[in-house]
Amino acid sequence: MKNKSFFVALLVIASAFAATRPSSAETVNVAVAANFTAAAEEIATLFAEETGHEAVLSFGSTGRLYAQILHGAPFSVFLAADQERPRLAAEAGLALADSRFTYALGTLVLFSAEENLFDDGSILERPDDFNRIAIANPASAPYGAAAVETLEALNLYDKLKDRIVQGENITQAFQFVATGNADIGFVALSQVVGEKGGSRWRVPQDLYSPIAQDAVLLKSGADNPAAVSFMAFLKSAAAHKIVQNHGYRTTP
Amino acid sequence: MGEAIFLTLKLAAVTTFFLMLFGVPLAWWLARSERWWKEVIGTIVALPLVLPPTVLGFYLLIALAPQSPLGEAIKALTGFSLPFTFAGLVVGSVIYSLPFAVQPVRNAFEAIGDDPLEAAATLRAGPFDRFFSVALPLARPGLLTGAILGFAHTVGEFGVVLMIGGNIPGETKVLSVAIYDYVETLQWQKAHILAFGMVAFSFAVILSTMLIERHVRRRFP
Repeated sequence: MKNKSFFVALLVIASAFAATRPSSAETVNVAVAANFTAAAEEIATLFAEETGHEAVLSFGSTGRLYAQILHGAPFSVFLAADQERPRLAAEAGLALADSRFTYALGTLVLFSAEENLFDDGSILERPDDFNRIAIANPASAPYGAAAVETLEALNLYDKLKDRIVQGENITQAFQFVATGNADIGFVALSQVVGEKGGSRWRVPQDLYSPIAQDAVLLKSGADNPAAVSFMAFLKSAAAHKIVQNHGYRTTP
Repeated sequence: MGEAIFLTLKLAAVTTFFLMLFGVPLAWWLARSERWWKEVIGTIVALPLVLPPTVLGFYLLIALAPQSPLGEAIKALTGFSLPFTFAGLVVGSVIYSLPFAVQPVRNAFEAIGDDPLEAAATLRAGPFDRFFSVALPLARPGLLTGAILGFAHTVGEFGVVLMIGGNIPGETKVLSVAIYDYVETLQWQKAHILAFGMVAFSFAVILSTMLIERHVRRRFP
Protein backbone atom coordinates (compact mmCIF):
# COMPACT_ATOMS: atom_id res chain seq x y z
CA MET A 1 0.00 0.00 0.00
CA LYS A 2 2.75 2.37 1.00
CA ASN A 3 4.69 1.41 -2.10
CA LYS A 4 1.75 2.06 -4.34
CA SER A 5 1.19 5.60 -3.11
CA PHE A 6 4.89 6.23 -3.57
CA PHE A 7 4.69 5.32 -7.23
CA VAL A 8 1.55 7.41 -7.69
CA ALA A 9 3.40 10.38 -6.24
CA LEU A 10 6.33 9.70 -8.53
CA LEU A 11 4.01 9.59 -11.54
CA VAL A 12 2.41 12.89 -10.59
CA ILE A 13 5.81 14.53 -10.25
CA ALA A 14 7.01 13.09 -13.55
CA SER A 15 3.94 14.27 -15.44
CA ALA A 16 4.27 17.72 -13.91
CA PHE A 17 7.75 17.96 -15.37
CA ALA A 18 6.59 16.66 -18.72
CA ALA A 19 3.82 19.25 -18.84
CA THR A 20 6.23 22.16 -18.52
CA ARG A 21 7.80 21.42 -21.91
CA PRO A 22 6.21 23.28 -24.83
CA SER A 23 4.87 20.75 -27.28
CA SER A 24 6.38 22.15 -30.51
CA ALA A 25 9.81 22.84 -29.06
CA GLU A 26 12.83 20.91 -30.23
CA THR A 27 16.17 20.43 -28.61
CA VAL A 28 19.56 21.06 -30.18
CA ASN A 29 22.79 19.73 -28.71
CA VAL A 30 25.60 22.18 -29.24
CA ALA A 31 29.31 21.44 -28.80
CA VAL A 32 30.92 24.69 -27.63
CA ALA A 33 34.62 25.58 -27.42
CA ALA A 34 35.49 26.34 -23.81
CA ASN A 35 36.43 30.00 -24.41
CA PHE A 36 32.91 30.75 -25.67
CA THR A 37 31.19 29.34 -22.57
CA ALA A 38 29.73 32.54 -21.09
CA ALA A 39 28.62 34.00 -24.41
CA ALA A 40 27.04 30.71 -25.50
CA GLU A 41 25.04 30.46 -22.29
CA GLU A 42 23.63 33.94 -22.83
CA ILE A 43 22.87 33.21 -26.46
CA ALA A 44 21.14 29.95 -25.52
CA THR A 45 18.90 31.76 -23.04
CA LEU A 46 17.89 34.38 -25.59
CA PHE A 47 17.48 31.67 -28.23
CA ALA A 48 15.04 29.81 -25.97
CA GLU A 49 13.07 33.00 -25.30
CA GLU A 50 12.82 33.96 -28.96
CA THR A 51 12.24 30.58 -30.61
CA GLY A 52 10.99 28.26 -27.86
CA HIS A 53 13.66 25.75 -28.81
CA GLU A 54 16.12 24.55 -26.25
CA ALA A 55 19.89 24.56 -26.81
CA VAL A 56 21.77 22.07 -24.65
CA LEU A 57 25.41 23.12 -24.41
CA SER A 58 28.47 20.88 -23.94
CA PHE A 59 31.79 22.61 -23.30
CA GLY A 60 35.31 21.38 -23.95
CA SER A 61 38.47 22.03 -25.89
CA THR A 62 37.96 22.13 -29.64
CA GLY A 63 40.24 19.12 -30.10
CA ARG A 64 38.33 16.93 -27.66
CA LEU A 65 34.93 17.95 -29.02
CA TYR A 66 36.11 17.21 -32.55
CA ALA A 67 37.38 13.76 -31.54
CA GLN A 68 34.00 13.08 -29.92
CA ILE A 69 32.07 14.25 -33.00
CA LEU A 70 34.21 11.99 -35.17
CA HIS A 71 33.05 9.09 -33.01
CA GLY A 72 29.37 9.77 -33.14
CA ALA A 73 28.76 12.20 -30.27
CA PRO A 74 25.14 13.37 -30.52
CA PHE A 75 25.85 17.03 -31.36
CA SER A 76 23.98 18.94 -34.04
CA VAL A 77 25.98 22.18 -34.03
CA PHE A 78 29.71 22.65 -33.49
CA LEU A 79 31.02 26.01 -32.27
CA ALA A 80 34.78 25.54 -32.56
CA ALA A 81 37.62 27.80 -31.45
CA ASP A 82 39.30 27.52 -34.84
CA GLN A 83 38.52 27.10 -38.53
CA GLU A 84 40.38 23.87 -39.05
CA ARG A 85 38.22 21.48 -37.03
CA PRO A 86 34.90 22.54 -38.62
CA ARG A 87 36.56 22.28 -42.04
CA LEU A 88 37.86 18.78 -41.21
CA ALA A 89 34.42 17.77 -39.99
CA ALA A 90 32.93 18.83 -43.32
CA GLU A 91 35.67 16.99 -45.22
CA ALA A 92 34.98 13.85 -43.23
CA GLY A 93 31.35 14.08 -44.31
CA LEU A 94 30.10 14.79 -40.81
CA ALA A 95 29.10 18.41 -41.39
CA LEU A 96 27.50 20.53 -44.09
CA ALA A 97 30.39 22.43 -45.72
CA ASP A 98 28.29 25.38 -46.90
CA SER A 99 26.90 25.99 -43.40
CA ARG A 100 30.35 26.97 -42.10
CA PHE A 101 30.88 30.60 -41.07
CA THR A 102 32.96 32.64 -38.62
CA TYR A 103 30.81 33.51 -35.61
CA ALA A 104 33.49 35.22 -33.52
CA LEU A 105 37.06 36.50 -33.65
CA GLY A 106 38.87 36.00 -30.38
CA THR A 107 41.26 38.32 -28.57
CA LEU A 108 44.21 37.15 -26.50
CA VAL A 109 45.02 38.85 -23.19
CA LEU A 110 47.78 38.42 -20.67
CA PHE A 111 46.07 38.29 -17.30
CA SER A 112 46.97 38.14 -13.62
CA ALA A 113 44.75 37.94 -10.56
CA GLU A 114 47.18 40.29 -8.86
CA GLU A 115 46.38 44.00 -8.91
CA ASN A 116 48.79 46.45 -10.62
CA LEU A 117 51.28 43.76 -11.61
CA PHE A 118 51.50 45.08 -15.18
CA ASP A 119 49.64 47.02 -17.81
CA ASP A 120 51.76 46.12 -20.82
CA GLY A 121 53.78 43.19 -22.12
CA SER A 122 57.07 44.30 -20.58
CA ILE A 123 56.41 42.05 -17.57
CA LEU A 124 57.41 39.16 -19.84
CA GLU A 125 60.93 40.59 -19.98
CA ARG A 126 61.16 40.60 -16.18
CA PRO A 127 60.99 36.90 -15.31
CA ASP A 128 61.74 37.64 -11.65
CA ASP A 129 58.33 39.28 -11.28
CA PHE A 130 56.30 36.12 -11.87
CA ASN A 131 56.51 32.37 -11.22
CA ARG A 132 54.75 30.66 -14.09
CA ILE A 133 52.85 31.43 -17.27
CA ALA A 134 49.64 29.48 -17.83
CA ILE A 135 48.53 28.85 -21.40
CA ALA A 136 46.04 26.49 -23.01
CA ASN A 137 47.49 23.36 -24.65
CA PRO A 138 48.89 24.79 -27.92
CA ALA A 139 48.47 21.47 -29.73
CA SER A 140 44.72 21.34 -29.27
CA ALA A 141 43.52 24.83 -28.27
CA PRO A 142 43.86 27.82 -30.64
CA TYR A 143 44.34 30.29 -27.78
CA GLY A 144 47.29 28.20 -26.62
CA ALA A 145 48.78 28.27 -30.12
CA ALA A 146 48.24 32.05 -30.24
CA ALA A 147 50.03 32.41 -26.89
CA VAL A 148 53.06 30.50 -28.19
CA GLU A 149 53.00 32.59 -31.38
CA THR A 150 53.00 35.76 -29.30
CA LEU A 151 55.96 34.64 -27.18
CA GLU A 152 57.83 33.68 -30.36
CA ALA A 153 57.05 37.04 -31.97
CA LEU A 154 58.49 38.73 -28.89
CA ASN A 155 61.58 36.47 -29.06
CA LEU A 156 60.85 35.28 -25.53
CA TYR A 157 59.64 31.74 -26.12
CA ASP A 158 62.97 29.96 -25.60
CA LYS A 159 63.69 32.02 -22.52
CA LEU A 160 60.30 31.42 -20.91
CA LYS A 161 59.64 27.89 -22.16
CA ASP A 162 60.40 26.32 -18.79
CA ARG A 163 57.94 28.62 -17.03
CA ILE A 164 54.96 27.51 -19.10
CA VAL A 165 52.23 25.35 -17.60
CA GLN A 166 49.46 24.08 -19.81
CA GLY A 167 45.79 23.84 -19.07
CA GLU A 168 43.82 21.21 -20.95
CA ASN A 169 41.80 24.06 -22.43
CA ILE A 170 41.59 27.83 -22.02
CA THR A 171 39.19 27.49 -19.07
CA GLN A 172 41.75 25.51 -17.11
CA ALA A 173 44.51 27.96 -18.04
CA PHE A 174 42.35 30.73 -16.60
CA GLN A 175 41.68 28.62 -13.50
CA PHE A 176 45.44 28.27 -12.88
CA VAL A 177 45.75 32.06 -12.96
CA ALA A 178 42.58 32.77 -10.98
CA THR A 179 43.63 30.46 -8.13
CA GLY A 180 47.05 32.14 -8.06
CA ASN A 181 48.92 28.95 -8.89
CA ALA A 182 50.30 30.74 -11.94
CA ASP A 183 51.04 34.44 -11.53
CA ILE A 184 50.28 35.28 -15.14
CA GLY A 185 48.63 33.57 -18.07
CA PHE A 186 47.45 34.02 -21.62
CA VAL A 187 43.68 33.70 -21.66
CA ALA A 188 40.77 34.79 -23.83
CA LEU A 189 39.52 38.35 -23.41
CA SER A 190 36.04 36.83 -23.16
CA GLN A 191 37.01 35.18 -19.88
CA VAL A 192 38.15 38.35 -18.13
CA VAL A 193 35.69 40.85 -19.60
CA GLY A 194 33.41 40.43 -16.58
CA GLU A 195 36.26 40.15 -14.07
CA LYS A 196 36.89 43.20 -11.92
CA GLY A 197 40.43 43.83 -10.72
CA GLY A 198 43.59 41.98 -11.64
CA SER A 199 46.08 43.08 -14.26
CA ARG A 200 45.63 42.69 -17.98
CA TRP A 201 47.36 43.44 -21.24
CA ARG A 202 45.49 43.09 -24.48
CA VAL A 203 48.00 41.43 -26.83
CA PRO A 204 48.41 43.47 -30.04
CA GLN A 205 46.77 41.73 -32.97
CA ASP A 206 49.97 41.78 -35.05
CA LEU A 207 51.71 39.37 -32.65
CA TYR A 208 49.48 36.39 -33.41
CA SER A 209 47.33 35.15 -36.29
CA PRO A 210 43.64 35.97 -35.97
CA ILE A 211 41.68 33.49 -33.85
CA ALA A 212 38.75 32.99 -36.18
CA GLN A 213 36.15 30.73 -34.59
CA ASP A 214 33.93 28.85 -36.99
CA ALA A 215 30.52 27.28 -36.50
CA VAL A 216 29.24 24.41 -38.59
CA LEU A 217 25.98 22.50 -38.82
CA LEU A 218 26.59 18.81 -38.31
CA LYS A 219 24.92 16.15 -40.48
CA SER A 220 22.79 14.90 -37.61
CA GLY A 221 21.35 18.41 -37.20
CA ALA A 222 20.37 18.94 -40.83
CA ASP A 223 16.81 17.74 -40.23
CA ASN A 224 16.48 19.31 -36.80
CA PRO A 225 14.57 22.63 -36.97
CA ALA A 226 16.14 23.71 -33.67
CA ALA A 227 19.66 23.19 -35.03
CA VAL A 228 18.96 25.07 -38.27
CA SER A 229 17.32 27.86 -36.34
CA PHE A 230 20.24 28.04 -33.87
CA MET A 231 22.71 28.51 -36.76
CA ALA A 232 20.53 31.34 -38.14
CA PHE A 233 20.19 32.88 -34.70
CA LEU A 234 24.00 33.06 -34.34
CA LYS A 235 24.03 35.45 -37.33
CA SER A 236 21.34 37.74 -35.89
CA ALA A 237 22.07 41.22 -34.59
CA ALA A 238 20.97 40.19 -31.11
CA ALA A 239 23.50 37.35 -31.03
CA HIS A 240 26.24 39.58 -32.47
CA LYS A 241 25.68 42.03 -29.66
CA ILE A 242 26.14 39.31 -27.04
CA VAL A 243 29.26 38.05 -28.81
CA GLN A 244 30.78 41.56 -28.86
CA ASN A 245 29.88 42.20 -25.23
CA HIS A 246 31.96 39.18 -24.35
CA GLY A 247 35.13 40.56 -25.88
CA TYR A 248 34.99 39.16 -29.41
CA ARG A 249 34.79 40.86 -32.76
CA THR A 250 32.26 39.62 -35.27
CA THR A 251 33.93 41.11 -38.36
CA PRO A 252 37.66 41.06 -39.12
CA MET B 1 56.55 9.03 -25.60
CA GLY B 2 59.46 7.37 -23.78
CA GLU B 3 59.70 10.36 -21.49
CA ALA B 4 56.06 9.98 -20.44
CA ILE B 5 56.49 6.26 -19.76
CA PHE B 6 59.64 6.81 -17.69
CA LEU B 7 58.01 9.66 -15.76
CA THR B 8 54.94 7.54 -15.02
CA LEU B 9 57.02 4.64 -13.71
CA LYS B 10 59.10 7.02 -11.61
CA LEU B 11 55.97 8.63 -10.16
CA ALA B 12 54.46 5.22 -9.39
CA ALA B 13 57.66 3.97 -7.75
CA VAL B 14 58.14 7.04 -5.54
CA THR B 15 54.44 7.05 -4.66
CA THR B 16 54.52 3.35 -3.74
CA PHE B 17 57.50 3.98 -1.46
CA PHE B 18 55.60 6.65 0.48
CA LEU B 19 52.38 4.61 0.39
CA MET B 20 54.16 1.77 2.17
CA LEU B 21 55.99 4.11 4.54
CA PHE B 22 52.75 5.74 5.76
CA GLY B 23 50.24 3.07 4.79
CA VAL B 24 51.66 0.07 6.67
CA PRO B 25 51.72 1.70 10.13
CA LEU B 26 48.29 3.16 9.41
CA ALA B 27 46.94 -0.26 8.39
CA TRP B 28 48.48 -1.80 11.52
CA TRP B 29 46.76 0.77 13.70
CA LEU B 30 43.44 0.31 11.88
CA ALA B 31 43.71 -3.46 12.31
CA ARG B 32 44.73 -3.48 15.97
CA SER B 33 43.22 -0.41 17.58
CA GLU B 34 40.18 -0.82 19.82
CA ARG B 35 39.07 2.80 19.61
CA TRP B 36 35.61 3.29 18.20
CA TRP B 37 36.61 6.30 16.10
CA LYS B 38 39.22 4.35 14.17
CA GLU B 39 36.53 3.68 11.57
CA VAL B 40 36.21 7.45 11.08
CA ILE B 41 39.88 7.49 10.10
CA GLY B 42 39.30 4.35 8.02
CA THR B 43 36.51 6.16 6.20
CA ILE B 44 38.68 9.19 5.46
CA VAL B 45 41.37 6.89 4.07
CA ALA B 46 38.75 5.17 1.88
CA LEU B 47 37.20 8.41 0.54
CA PRO B 48 39.31 8.55 -2.65
CA LEU B 49 37.66 5.25 -3.67
CA VAL B 50 34.37 7.02 -4.32
CA LEU B 51 35.30 10.69 -4.82
CA PRO B 52 35.89 11.82 -8.38
CA PRO B 53 39.63 12.56 -8.77
CA THR B 54 38.68 16.04 -9.93
CA VAL B 55 37.31 16.79 -6.43
CA LEU B 56 40.66 15.88 -4.93
CA GLY B 57 42.52 17.78 -7.66
CA PHE B 58 40.37 20.84 -7.16
CA TYR B 59 40.94 20.93 -3.39
CA LEU B 60 44.66 20.30 -3.86
CA LEU B 61 44.85 23.15 -6.36
CA ILE B 62 43.17 25.51 -3.89
CA ALA B 63 44.99 24.23 -0.80
CA LEU B 64 48.47 24.15 -2.32
CA ALA B 65 48.25 27.52 -4.13
CA PRO B 66 51.13 29.83 -3.14
CA GLN B 67 48.66 32.26 -1.47
CA SER B 68 46.88 29.69 0.71
CA PRO B 69 48.07 29.14 4.31
CA LEU B 70 49.21 25.59 3.56
CA GLY B 71 50.85 26.61 0.29
CA GLU B 72 52.65 29.46 2.03
CA ALA B 73 53.93 27.14 4.75
CA ILE B 74 55.21 24.64 2.18
CA LYS B 75 56.88 27.42 0.22
CA ALA B 76 58.55 28.75 3.38
CA LEU B 77 59.83 25.27 4.24
CA THR B 78 60.95 24.01 0.84
CA GLY B 79 61.37 27.14 -1.26
CA PHE B 80 58.93 26.11 -3.96
CA SER B 81 55.20 25.52 -4.35
CA LEU B 82 53.79 22.11 -5.16
CA PRO B 83 51.35 22.52 -8.06
CA PHE B 84 52.92 21.86 -11.48
CA THR B 85 55.82 19.91 -9.96
CA PHE B 86 56.73 16.25 -9.69
CA ALA B 87 56.64 16.53 -5.89
CA GLY B 88 53.10 17.89 -6.12
CA LEU B 89 52.05 14.87 -8.17
CA VAL B 90 53.57 12.56 -5.56
CA VAL B 91 51.54 14.25 -2.79
CA GLY B 92 48.35 13.98 -4.85
CA SER B 93 49.04 10.37 -5.83
CA VAL B 94 49.77 9.21 -2.27
CA ILE B 95 46.43 10.59 -1.08
CA TYR B 96 44.60 9.27 -4.10
CA SER B 97 46.04 5.73 -3.97
CA LEU B 98 46.09 5.36 -0.18
CA PRO B 99 42.98 3.13 0.14
CA PHE B 100 44.33 0.74 -2.50
CA ALA B 101 47.49 0.19 -0.48
CA VAL B 102 46.01 0.32 3.04
CA GLN B 103 43.02 -2.00 2.62
CA PRO B 104 44.86 -5.21 1.61
CA VAL B 105 47.51 -4.63 4.29
CA ARG B 106 44.86 -4.04 6.95
CA ASN B 107 43.04 -7.22 5.92
CA ALA B 108 46.27 -9.17 6.15
CA PHE B 109 47.05 -7.82 9.63
CA GLU B 110 43.51 -8.61 10.81
CA ALA B 111 43.77 -12.16 9.45
CA ILE B 112 46.80 -12.87 11.63
CA GLY B 113 44.65 -12.73 14.76
CA ASP B 114 45.87 -12.43 18.34
CA ASP B 115 47.41 -15.88 18.79
CA PRO B 116 50.79 -15.53 17.05
CA LEU B 117 51.31 -12.10 18.60
CA GLU B 118 50.44 -13.33 22.09
CA ALA B 119 52.70 -16.32 21.62
CA ALA B 120 55.50 -13.96 20.65
CA ALA B 121 54.76 -11.82 23.69
CA THR B 122 55.06 -14.79 26.03
CA LEU B 123 58.49 -15.39 24.49
CA ARG B 124 59.32 -11.86 25.64
CA ALA B 125 59.18 -10.20 22.23
CA GLY B 126 58.60 -6.45 22.62
CA PRO B 127 55.99 -4.55 20.56
CA PHE B 128 58.50 -3.57 17.85
CA ASP B 129 59.92 -7.05 17.69
CA ARG B 130 56.41 -8.50 17.41
CA PHE B 131 55.60 -6.10 14.58
CA PHE B 132 58.79 -6.64 12.59
CA SER B 133 59.46 -10.34 13.26
CA VAL B 134 55.93 -11.74 13.44
CA ALA B 135 53.28 -9.43 11.94
CA LEU B 136 55.17 -8.15 8.89
CA PRO B 137 56.39 -11.59 7.66
CA LEU B 138 52.91 -13.11 8.15
CA ALA B 139 51.29 -10.21 6.27
CA ARG B 140 53.69 -10.48 3.32
CA PRO B 141 51.06 -11.36 0.70
CA GLY B 142 48.92 -8.41 1.81
CA LEU B 143 51.92 -6.10 1.65
CA LEU B 144 52.70 -7.30 -1.85
CA THR B 145 49.08 -6.87 -3.01
CA GLY B 146 48.90 -3.40 -1.47
CA ALA B 147 52.14 -2.31 -3.12
CA ILE B 148 51.11 -3.69 -6.51
CA LEU B 149 47.65 -2.08 -6.39
CA GLY B 150 49.05 1.24 -5.17
CA PHE B 151 51.63 1.21 -7.96
CA ALA B 152 49.11 0.26 -10.63
CA HIS B 153 46.53 2.76 -9.48
CA THR B 154 49.11 5.55 -9.65
CA VAL B 155 50.07 4.53 -13.18
CA GLY B 156 46.41 4.86 -14.17
CA GLU B 157 45.84 8.17 -12.45
CA PHE B 158 44.43 10.96 -14.58
CA GLY B 159 42.07 13.44 -12.93
CA VAL B 160 44.34 14.64 -10.15
CA VAL B 161 47.29 14.99 -12.52
CA LEU B 162 45.18 16.92 -15.00
CA MET B 163 44.08 19.35 -12.30
CA ILE B 164 47.43 20.09 -10.64
CA GLY B 165 49.95 18.94 -13.26
CA GLY B 166 50.05 21.62 -15.94
CA ASN B 167 51.15 19.15 -18.63
CA ILE B 168 54.90 19.81 -18.42
CA PRO B 169 56.95 17.25 -20.41
CA GLY B 170 59.39 15.37 -18.16
CA GLU B 171 57.91 16.88 -15.01
CA THR B 172 54.16 16.28 -14.90
CA LYS B 173 53.15 14.90 -18.31
CA VAL B 174 52.40 11.30 -17.38
CA LEU B 175 51.08 8.49 -19.58
CA SER B 176 47.36 9.03 -19.10
CA VAL B 177 47.71 12.73 -19.92
CA ALA B 178 49.88 11.93 -22.95
CA ILE B 179 47.19 9.56 -24.25
CA TYR B 180 44.56 12.25 -23.75
CA ASP B 181 46.75 14.73 -25.64
CA TYR B 182 47.31 12.34 -28.53
CA VAL B 183 43.58 11.73 -28.84
CA GLU B 184 42.84 15.46 -28.78
CA THR B 185 45.41 16.23 -31.44
CA LEU B 186 44.22 13.34 -33.63
CA GLN B 187 47.45 11.31 -33.29
CA TRP B 188 45.54 8.10 -32.78
CA GLN B 189 48.36 5.82 -33.83
CA LYS B 190 50.41 6.93 -30.83
CA ALA B 191 47.35 6.93 -28.59
CA HIS B 192 46.70 3.33 -29.61
CA ILE B 193 50.22 2.21 -28.75
CA LEU B 194 50.12 3.74 -25.27
CA ALA B 195 46.52 2.76 -24.59
CA PHE B 196 47.11 -0.85 -25.53
CA GLY B 197 50.22 -0.88 -23.37
CA MET B 198 48.09 0.28 -20.44
CA VAL B 199 45.53 -2.47 -21.03
CA ALA B 200 48.23 -5.14 -21.12
CA PHE B 201 49.90 -3.70 -18.03
CA SER B 202 46.64 -3.56 -16.05
CA PHE B 203 45.80 -7.11 -17.06
CA ALA B 204 49.19 -8.34 -15.85
CA VAL B 205 48.79 -6.49 -12.55
CA ILE B 206 45.33 -7.80 -11.72
CA LEU B 207 46.24 -11.33 -12.78
CA SER B 208 49.35 -11.29 -10.60
CA THR B 209 47.41 -10.14 -7.52
CA MET B 210 44.89 -12.91 -8.08
CA LEU B 211 47.67 -15.48 -8.44
CA ILE B 212 49.29 -14.24 -5.24
CA GLU B 213 45.99 -14.64 -3.41
CA ARG B 214 45.49 -18.15 -4.77
CA HIS B 215 49.01 -19.09 -3.82
CA VAL B 216 48.39 -17.82 -0.29
CA ARG B 217 45.10 -19.67 0.06
CA ARG B 218 46.78 -22.91 -0.99
CA ARG B 219 49.54 -22.49 1.54
CA PHE B 220 47.31 -21.45 4.42
CA PRO B 221 43.97 -23.13 3.79
